[in-house]
Amino acid sequence: MDAAPSPEGELTVEIWRGGADGRFRTYRVPRRRNQTVLDAVTYVQRHIDPSLAYRFACRVGVCGSCAMTVNGAPRWTCRTRVERVARRGRVRVAPLRNLPIIRDLAVDMTPFFDKWARAKGHFVPSAAGTQGFAEVAPDSPERRAADAGVECIGCGICYAVCDVVAWNPDYVGPAALNRAWTLVNDVRDGDRAGHLAAAAAGAGCHACHSHQSCAEYCPTGLNPTASIAGLKRMAFVAALKGAP
Amino acid sequence: MTVTIGPRNHPAYWAFVLHRVSGLALALFLPVHLYVLALAIDDAARLDRFLAWTEGPLVKAAEAGLVVLLAAHMAGGLRLLALEFLPWHEGQKARIAIGAGFAVAVGLAFLLNAF
Repeated sequence: MDAAPSPEGELTVEIWRGGADGRFRTYRVPRRRNQTVLDAVTYVQRHIDPSLAYRFACRVGVCGSCAMTVNGAPRWTCRTRVERVARRGRVRVAPLRNLPIIRDLAVDMTPFFDKWARAKGHFVPSAAGTQGFAEVAPDSPERRAADAGVECIGCGICYAVCDVVAWNPDYVGPAALNRAWTLVNDVRDGDRAGHLAAAAAGAGCHACHSHQSCAEYCPTGLNPTASIAGLKRMAFVAALKGAP
Repeated sequence: MTVTIGPRNHPAYWAFVLHRVSGLALALFLPVHLYVLALAIDDAARLDRFLAWTEGPLVKAAEAGLVVLLAAHMAGGLRLLALEFLPWHEGQKARIAIGAGFAVAVGLAFLLNAF
């Protein structure tokens, strides 16, 4: 990090403190060149209030653990420069929406990952898989469909920005459905119909309103709406064929 | 926590809002429309008075608004059907723009014939 203070002087950072009934508290942080929102939050914790709870690990946009709400929009704070989001020298940092707040900027990701399990977001080995390497043509339609969604790192940005999750807490959400779509298209998987049935059940893929906020905000550039539309299409065809 | 328009300010979300609002407005309009049509049987003279009133420029302008809503709702519905039943297309925002352009064009065509 460049330690030289920039000419702008100070940044006003409003940070959510406490649980669901908490409030914003204001801190003053010196501006730095190329400063990220995560840098500012870290400054507050290291120099002003060590009791501030927040989460980060890699600092370079690989792990996804530093996702927070910055000026109302969910972002990876490590990849968000202060100069891009500050309005009149102010930045407001809150925990991710749609998830229970543990404390300050740290949210409980349990519901998010429970829903991955509900959408059957785990690979099911097939008997054929034990008999040697599966040959998967990289340019086959299924592999292309799976590849398009496979880079998800589970940061929860899409889940936080999704209004359907906010309106219907039972909705499994974009990330879990995107994961299900990659498995439905994985020819090595032993239960592709099971993944589809799990993704279509209850408040699954059919609950999506195609707002496309997930695609708009995914920091990895994935398009969960496209995956969900694929699941809807495939579930419709399966239903026509009499799938349970 | 306050909910702001912030992260919703993108074309697909506006298309959703327009589709929902136009759908609700048309659902409210339809019973009135059917009531007025029913006057043709119940009270023809009253219907004629009402139709004379609808010739006013303000009513014509409001009608143009309704036509735009109807065209927008139809275009939005076709877009959603294509999104859900056809293979994914990367040009979603272009489709939204085409739908909006179609709705405005239909409204202008209505206004050309209205006066």
